Amino acid sequence: MEIFLQQLINGLTLGAIYGLIAIGYTMVFGVIGMVNFAHGDVFMLSSFIALIIFLLLTQILGLASIPLALVIVLVAAMALTGLWNFMIERLAYRRLRASFRLAPLISSIGMSIFLSNFVALAQGPRNKAVPSMLDEVFKLTEGHGYDVTLSLKQILIIAVTASLLFGLWYVVEKTPLGRAQRACEQDQTMAALLGVNVDRTVSATFVIGAVLAAAAGVLYMLYYGVVNPNDGFIAGVKAFTAAVLGGIGSLPGAVLGGLLIGLVETFWAAYFSSDYKDVAAFGVLAVTLIFLPRGLLGRADVEKV
Amino acid sequence: MRTEGFLSKVKSAGLAALIMAALSFPIVAYHADMDLTRGLFLESRWPLVAILVGGTFILRLLSEFVFAWMRGRPAAATRKTKQGISPRAFHLIGFAGIGALIAFPLAAVFMLGPAGSLKWIDNYGIQILIYVMLGWGLNIVVGLAGLLDLGYVAFYAVGAYAYALLATDLGWSFWLCLPICGAIAALFGLALGFPVLRLRGDYLAIVTLAFGEITRIVAVNWTALTNGDAGISLLPKITFFGIPFSKGAEGFASHFRLPFFPIERTIFLYYLILALALLTNFLTLRLRRLPLGRVWEALREDEIACRSLGIDTVAAKLSAFAIGALIAGIAGAFFAVRQGFVSPSSFGFIESATILSIVVLGGAGSQAGNVLAAILIIGGSEFLRELDVLQEFFGYTFDPTQYRMLLVGLAMVAMMNWRPRGLVATRRPSIFLKKAKPVAVELIAEGRG
Amino acid sequence: MTAPPLLRVEHLTIRFGGLTAIDDASFEARRGEITALIGPNGAGKTTLFNCITGFYKPDIGRIVLMQGEPNTADIDRLTRSVRRHGIFASGCICLLERMSDAEIARRARVARTFQNIRLFSGMTALENLIVARHNPLMAASGYTILGLLGIGAYRSAEKEAIETAKYWLAQIGLTERADDAAGSLSYGAQRQLEIARAMMTEPVLLCLDEPAAGLNSAESSKLNELLRDIRKTHGTSILLIEHDMSVVMSISNHVIVLDYGRKIADGTPSAIRCNENVIAAYLGVEDDELRLAETKVGA
Repeated sequence: MEIFLQQLINGLTLGAIYGLIAIGYTMVFGVIGMVNFAHGDVFMLSSFIALIIFLLLTQILGLASIPLALVIVLVAAMALTGLWNFMIERLAYRRLRASFRLAPLISSIGMSIFLSNFVALAQGPRNKAVPSMLDEVFKLTEGHGYDVTLSLKQILIIAVTASLLFGLWYVVEKTPLGRAQRACEQDQTMAALLGVNVDRTVSATFVIGAVLAAAAGVLYMLYYGVVNPNDGFIAGVKAFTAAVLGGIGSLPGAVLGGLLIGLVETFWAAYFSSDYKDVAAFGVLAVTLIFLPRGLLGRADVEKV
Repeated sequence: MRTEGFLSKVKSAGLAALIMAALSFPIVAYHADMDLTRGLFLESRWPLVAILVGGTFILRLLSEFVFAWMRGRPAAATRKTKQGISPRAFHLIGFAGIGALIAFPLAAVFMLGPAGSLKWIDNYGIQILIYVMLGWGLNIVVGLAGLLDLGYVAFYAVGAYAYALLATDLGWSFWLCLPICGAIAALFGLALGFPVLRLRGDYLAIVTLAFGEITRIVAVNWTALTNGDAGISLLPKITFFGIPFSKGAEGFASHFRLPFFPIERTIFLYYLILALALLTNFLTLRLRRLPLGRVWEALREDEIACRSLGIDTVAAKLSAFAIGALIAGIAGAFFAVRQGFVSPSSFGFIESATILSIVVLGGAGSQAGNVLAAILIIGGSEFLRELDVLQEFFGYTFDPTQYRMLLVGLAMVAMMNWRPRGLVATRRPSIFLKKAKPVAVELIAEGRG
Repeated sequence: MTAPPLLRVEHLTIRFGGLTAIDDASFEARRGEITALIGPNGAGKTTLFNCITGFYKPDIGRIVLMQGEPNTADIDRLTRSVRRHGIFASGCICLLERMSDAEIARRARVARTFQNIRLFSGMTALENLIVARHNPLMAASGYTILGLLGIGAYRSAEKEAIETAKYWLAQIGLTERADDAAGSLSYGAQRQLEIARAMMTEPVLLCLDEPAAGLNSAESSKLNELLRDIRKTHGTSILLIEHDMSVVMSISNHVIVLDYGRKIADGTPSAIRCNENVIAAYLGVEDDELRLAETKVGA
């Protein structure tokens, strides 16, 4: 029971990170129907940006307060990653939007290869261990030979994720941008005819996706204490899995999918074998899609004849 | 007016430089290095940032001028309507190409000698031909049937491991293993194809990607069978239908009264993969003229219409998966015998992505386009290996393989922006009454599967 | 003397969520006749077609396709049988609601066209027609294996299919365009090609979903001729959805009127023309609207 509880906490934490990345996939897919393969690498890039800014603040500028440093890191990483993704969309995908479906996919795969190798070149291919910080741990239960703990980092991850999701909900539901996004999702040509600036809406979608991925990158760096240029691919694939599992195009679905993938992975690793934890996540994906082709919260797509 | 135009160009270049500065901060400006205690410290690289920013400014300014100049020119005469190459010329080019491929290793040996030509035959010739074959195999699935498969490498891996296991554990000969490996991979294709048939488009892509990754993870973790990350090594070498390529009296050279050169095996491997690839091509061209091939294309065009004509779309999709997998399995067995060992690292997602980009860049459905794309992508990426030379200038910390992959990634982006529908973007009809007119790419569907 | 029934739709009902698209519709289409299905937009005509051709499964009801001389007892026995097969007495009776779309086309020999044309637009007109012969050609090619080796009857089977395709291309006046991509043909030509493609499957029942939509009057009269010829020369019965009343009245033997998913009238064209229900629910409304519009513009 204690182990179960502990894994639940760990799984939800991991799932929150996947969920944040998954939103980027699901939003881009919703608005322009494209699988942005490079999104996982944008997440990885953000974790490196976060690490360097953190080191810059604490080592070179001599900022003593870790919480303040982390807030600055979060904001700066979000802004810079947003700019990166904005430029990626401009240079690598915009011209291909009206084109054939495989072209943007291949372009994004190329971008993914570029980003991971770019970071490996700029920062070295090896793991980088982040200085440890915020190591407080709260014990939830004691005795029984196994203590269930909740770390400050985990609380932080859940809190940051929840507040970002609230912000996202506000943007999508209550602002003209959100309305424009939904309009583009339905019919891009019609939206353009009605005065929606499609280019700007798509750019905004990429920036929002990157901002959330950057938050995930900061939290990931904080939680695991290690970053690597190759982390992007597998995290990206799992986040995409999460997006598909939740029903691609659905924002709550992305979060739900992220949490589920996080839980499946954690429980599988705890109870069965950590070697095959990725297989478990992919297995869940395959099984869901085969039996529930539209994902958990995806809209039913009646085949028009 | 002129100065205004100039100012706006400078402004635009300035903006580009500013964005470059923001993008390269902090990821280029600082390098997080590790000291001996594995603690991180920062090392600044502002000169590099300055070079990048300055370079961006100059390039952007130049490109602005080039664009302005191009806009200033009278619009070029409307493009001539594309005349497809006549079938006869097409055949001629095809045969000339095959002739060149057959002559290639001999010409290389003749010009560069046995030692100097090894690189060309092995790294360029064999490597490119493997990908041509894989591209043709995936072309059946993606280009003809319109089913997006991102896990094609799984079947390649199955073929390679099947050969490794059959050859080492059971000691079966390569020639016996070759068709068996193909059959095993085809069975895998059926097994994986069956559950994913109902999925369409990107869902199919992601599930096939997942299957590809699962295959690799199993290869890493099922150590009892696959020996994990270390892989299976010391596979038996290729023989000339039973005669080994060795120095002794039993060997190929003395058997045929030829002088012995180690490169003879490589040349044999080259002709073997050439034959396998040509066989694949023959199979595909033949299938296109049969009902099965036509129905694949019809499936890509409109699945619902297929069903309204009483066509069993499940069988059609499964057969595309199985035949694509069969080809990958055979290529995998060849890969294993050529390398002499197999390990999971050869079968990552990047392989699937490479094969898919060959198919897409070639022009989905086009056999000739695939060859061009394979030469461009694989040849180009092999050529980038020559960057190793640069190591002498930049010192040992310079890792050329990363530059290579970086450039490969950028090239994929650039090529897609240049030719989104591939190099050869017309379709040749499979049957005609009077004259085979190439079908314009705008009319061809890319399939939803 | 009325012809025996070919298709019998009984108590057909299908719902999408809360919407009842078709509500207890029953009718018959007789052998060798052209039966027209009319009704205002949204009356459920295309949905009914999709049920008959297996693309949708009805919630309630039976759709029987009969050939030869089946008796009612056989049909009922088949309906009650536990084995959920749709075919009885080697295709004499087909319960279409039990069969898949492809099975209906292949075994019950019901062919169809679509309201929004569904040609293989990147394939040539000829290829479109040859693909329609997939099943016999596939068998002739020994399920590809013999065809690959170049043995067996495939060559002659393909030749025969090409001859049939040439016949149909001539019928629709597209012989010259045989090697052009279907997507490059004019709208009217695409409609005709889709009908020809359906006819390549040698159907007993041809279901046409608004074949005259978007055609000009010359194309429309050519279509009438084609349909009459199909019926006369090939004995194929036709079920068609049509809005163009001149087409409906001039070529159909029998008219069925749907409104809001219910059948409101059923009879010969002349009987339908003066049926009060039809005038009220369909033609009448249009006249009212017309009059309303006329008063508005002050005409």
